[in-house]
Amino acid sequence: MNPSLSFLSLLSLLLLFSSALSFQSDELPFNDDDEFEGLRSSPGSASVAPPVRRRPDLDISSASDSKSLQFSLEHSLGDSEFSVAGTFTARLKSWTHGAQTLTKLRFTRNAISDTEKGLFERLLEDDDFYTIRIPSNVLNPSGKDYVVSSVRARCLPRESLDEHFVIHTDGVNVLSVNYGSAGGCQYPRPLKSPSKWSFSSYTVLKNSEQAPRTPTFVEQIIASENALEEGLQPPEKSFWAKYWMYILPIGFVLVNAMAQAANAAAEDQNQGGQPSQRAPAVRRR
Amino acid sequence: MEARFLLGFLLLLSLSSFAFAIYEDQVGLADWHKRYIGKVKHAVFHTQKTGRRRVVVSTEENAIASLDLRTGDILWRHVLGKNDAVDQIGLSLGKYVLTLSSQGSVLRAWNLPDGQMVWETDLQISNPSNSFLHVLGNVKSGRDSLSLVCNGGSIRAVSSIDGLVVWKKDLSIDGLKLKHVFQPPESDTIYAIGFIDSSLIALYHINAKTGELLKHATQASSVDLSSEISAISSDSLVALDTSRSNLLLIKFMAGTITNHKLPLSDIVQDFSGLAELIPTKSNDIFVVKTPSNVAFIKVKGDNEIELIGKADEAGIVSDSLTLSEEEQAFAVVHHSNNAISFQVRINGREALTEGIKIEDHRGHVKRVFLNNYVRTDKSHGFRALIVMEDESLLLMQQGEVVWSREDGLASISDAVVAELPVEKEGGVSVVEVEHTLLEWLKGHMLKLKGTLMLSTPDDMAAIQAMHLKSTERNKMTRDHNGFRKLIIVLTRSGKVYALHTGDGRIVWAHLLTPLLQSESCPSPSVLTLRNWRVPHRKALQENPSILLVGRCGAGPESHGFLFIVDSYSGKVLETQILDHSIAEVVPLPLADSSEQKLHLVIDHKLNAHLYPRGSDALEVFVREMANMYYYKVENAKEDIKGYAFKKGCSTGSSAYCFGTRELWSVVFPSDSERIVATARRKINEVVHTQAKIMTNQDVMYKYISKKILFVATVSPKAAGGIGSAAPDDAWLVAYLIDTVTGRILHRVTHQEAQGPVHAVVSENWVVYHYFNLRAHRYEMTVIEIYDQSRADNKDVMKLVLGKHNLTAPITSYSRPEIATKSQSYFFTHSVKAIAVTTTARGITSKQILIGTIGDQVLALDKRYLDPRRTANPSQEEKEEGIIPLTDTLPIIPQSYVTHTRQVGDLRGIMSFPANLESTTHVFSYGIDLFYTRIAPSRTYDSLTDEFSYVLLLITVVVLIVAILVTWAMSQKKDLQEKWR
Repeated sequence: MNPSLSFLSLLSLLLLFSSALSFQSDELPFNDDDEFEGLRSSPGSASVAPPVRRRPDLDISSASDSKSLQFSLEHSLGDSEFSVAGTFTARLKSWTHGAQTLTKLRFTRNAISDTEKGLFERLLEDDDFYTIRIPSNVLNPSGKDYVVSSVRARCLPRESLDEHFVIHTDGVNVLSVNYGSAGGCQYPRPLKSPSKWSFSSYTVLKNSEQAPRTPTFVEQIIASENALEEGLQPPEKSFWAKYWMYILPIGFVLVNAMAQAANAAAEDQNQGGQPSQRAPAVRRR
Repeated sequence: MEARFLLGFLLLLSLSSFAFAIYEDQVGLADWHKRYIGKVKHAVFHTQKTGRRRVVVSTEENAIASLDLRTGDILWRHVLGKNDAVDQIGLSLGKYVLTLSSQGSVLRAWNLPDGQMVWETDLQISNPSNSFLHVLGNVKSGRDSLSLVCNGGSIRAVSSIDGLVVWKKDLSIDGLKLKHVFQPPESDTIYAIGFIDSSLIALYHINAKTGELLKHATQASSVDLSSEISAISSDSLVALDTSRSNLLLIKFMAGTITNHKLPLSDIVQDFSGLAELIPTKSNDIFVVKTPSNVAFIKVKGDNEIELIGKADEAGIVSDSLTLSEEEQAFAVVHHSNNAISFQVRINGREALTEGIKIEDHRGHVKRVFLNNYVRTDKSHGFRALIVMEDESLLLMQQGEVVWSREDGLASISDAVVAELPVEKEGGVSVVEVEHTLLEWLKGHMLKLKGTLMLSTPDDMAAIQAMHLKSTERNKMTRDHNGFRKLIIVLTRSGKVYALHTGDGRIVWAHLLTPLLQSESCPSPSVLTLRNWRVPHRKALQENPSILLVGRCGAGPESHGFLFIVDSYSGKVLETQILDHSIAEVVPLPLADSSEQKLHLVIDHKLNAHLYPRGSDALEVFVREMANMYYYKVENAKEDIKGYAFKKGCSTGSSAYCFGTRELWSVVFPSDSERIVATARRKINEVVHTQAKIMTNQDVMYKYISKKILFVATVSPKAAGGIGSAAPDDAWLVAYLIDTVTGRILHRVTHQEAQGPVHAVVSENWVVYHYFNLRAHRYEMTVIEIYDQSRADNKDVMKLVLGKHNLTAPITSYSRPEIATKSQSYFFTHSVKAIAVTTTARGITSKQILIGTIGDQVLALDKRYLDPRRTANPSQEEKEEGIIPLTDTLPIIPQSYVTHTRQVGDLRGIMSFPANLESTTHVFSYGIDLFYTRIAPSRTYDSLTDEFSYVLLLITVVVLIVAILVTWAMSQKKDLQEKWR
């Protein structure tokens, strides 16, 4: 075999492999946030596709009132120190009334190094916590205030390591990040290794909901209050409701007595001593 | 047709519970109400020859009360607002009580006999500081007399009749603090003495009728003056310097001031430490209290002083009491073991010494107020009002405690419930039966009269009293229905009381902190109490016990201590001074083999210490440690952090000490949110069913988690009171957070809303109360959370075949699929406290217990706070009991559980289950205590008291007779037939 050819094939294979390893970033078309952009690339296609280059500047098309910013995700495996594990890219949108919000969040995961892989395996064995953190103020990460989130490491492995971020923001501040597996996490947690040592990430950005205003309906108040009052009036117990327990047995006795009286009357009609069974026969006649 | 009838019947049934209320004659049957006043800080005696002898007191709970001096009963009482602390009280014109409150800015007059407010004057003081009231006796303009209120450098003269400000004088000198005002007899000039910046003495002559400044003089002082002074005569006073070791004798004759420094060590031989000056009134005598003794000192001539009396033990000294022009009396009280020695000194001479036995659970004497009376032999008799360490109030006279009031109960800080002992097997004695037989007959005669409406009002009262006295409810044993229990309360002073739910009497009371007081524990204070052992399974025969946790000093780093106290007797079973601090006590849902509940004590370094100490407790905890979490809300840093426990702690190597590691954090941006309220579910709450059937036969599953935390934040601008922020600057964010993972389950912003926020979490819902700035009204919002991941377990076949996930363990690490339903309603009242009824099995519908601004407890049916209410409910919805939507929650007068009573300064409401599912105990506390039992869905599981057993009996008898008659008739008929 041509050595150069084999070398080339080896090189290309290596390249392919490395690209498969280095690619982590993906996004999902997650529905509960309309601010989301892009598609989640399936892990299968990711293994062959070269790492997707992000546009360096996200806001070419949009107006000058938005700029892009980056902040990093740090993780800690077990008790180790926090180290950078990925980068969030978001667009800062300034509104006319001065408020700023984060939109169009994207996330790029760094590749898992061998040491990290070893540590993660330890975590899986011990059923320990995998902890991540991001700065709470993304505009000027002071390095002091972080929002932290943890998950039992055994919740993550599926095909690959499936993770799910929900980032709660208030303007430009990150209140909290909810980190966990993409789906359920069964309990007790079985020890399971991922078939592929890479993260597939889903990110969602959440803002506060506005509470609906308290309904005020002046015209209905009167009507409904009336209805309510009617309902609220202590229901005057009817005669029946009060004394049913006495009436019922008396009625029962009465009915019994009447039936007996009727019987007696019928017997009387049947000329006294004749057996009562004959009565229908007589009628048939 | 039939269906409609049934429907109507159901509707009737569902609405019947709204009519929950009690009749007038049922008041006091299950409930009790106790009135207290709190820790007394001022007392003024009113002992004129005619009329009732009474004492007017003001307390640290901001209450003003008039007590009967014979019995200690409250004649009248007023509770001022929380920010309206009473500074001073006085009597004026012999018929008004004057109170100066809110740092000297509000002066009120109350009618002495009945406590009606006569007038109130806002003195409009710009910078409130220590101020004092001086009632002038002889400035008479007509029948009026003036009261002077001095505040810093200003004097206001207020008419005692109508509260009008007659004149005011601002001396407008920076740093001037008036200390004393007096008026020589038969003079129109008032002398006001003050200190300027603790180095100058100033004297002012003011015309008493007009407030005109006649003359003033200042003089530099030779020492730095403290604020303690004592006026000893019409032209001199004594002040203490800031080092509290020198006296300054100040004389002011004819407009000039002289001062003379006198070292205390010259007067009192073995003086050391810091001295205290007891305020006195004239007569050239003053009292200095040093750490070791009390010295009575007389001023003689020019700058000469003489020690005229000394009480060797340092005790508590009362203010002076003027007996005559010549005589001044002081009370000095010492406390030793379980006796008080009460000494009265007239002009420093010992006049009377009495020793009084006192229960040892009252602690030390804190304050004494002395009063005199004329004995039958025309000599002076003395009585004293004594405030003890446990804040109780005693009246002592002739060497006896005449009456005592347990006013510590006005400051309850925590409460738990304990069971009573099981009834001992054994018969009832014959004597008891014979005794009760007559009573029983009498009672039944009365009752019969009552039912036949023949009873006179007196008889009615007797029936009422009989109801109240019924021994059944006051027994000291456990009953089948669980109506009799012990409420164990902790008060601010650290005293623990056990109250019987039957009539609210004190079963036992203990002040435990003096037991600990030592070198290693200088100032013990109890923080909380918890149930330590609850009679249950194996421990059914063991006495239940409670755990008291406290700290030895003021700071958060000071060492903690714990007590374990028997619930039946109050006996201390175990005392322990801990080698670590206490930040929080976390009760765990675990118990060791002897049914002692496991508790984690978290110290300020975030280490967790496990109690009880025992190998089996440790084993139980370590087994469950992986599933234990802890969270901490830091109001100062505006964040919430969650922790897991790990082996090995940072401070020691004890096996019972565990470290923590941070798992999650939620950081609220400090520029837009501030935590104002948190609430969580009760750990022992029982939920009957997880499923909720909707009108359309659909099933919703409640999201039930014990780990839900409700957090409310408001914008920093709106963190103040209502009115401090414009609607646009105010918002309120409500969060539901899972405390295991820190996941924000739900988050909702209310624009234009602000606190104060009160919230209650139960089952799968939270109800919170806040103020809506736009609507200018209070609002209540309900959020219900439903679990969507279980929503498809509706197929019966699936359930039968077991293809459902209902039995799968729930873990917080699964991503929850929840749905929330929410609705807001206006509510008329502001709220002081909020709670929810709890029943034994959680079947009974819930009521929300709201402590209203009128200090009452309102029971609001949870159905009014149903998010599914619509304006026009369909027929099916009506059938289910859904009330048509209104924008305001109704306040039905009958649903006040406190009926006409008020729980002064209501602070907390507690609900705990009885054994009977329908019934729940409600205990509310403030300055007063109120207890009652309520049945939110009526007592469906027991017959009511009004149930007529006689009618039932008659019916049965009639039935039997009817059966017999018909039987006889049929026999007869048969016989007749056979004869034919």
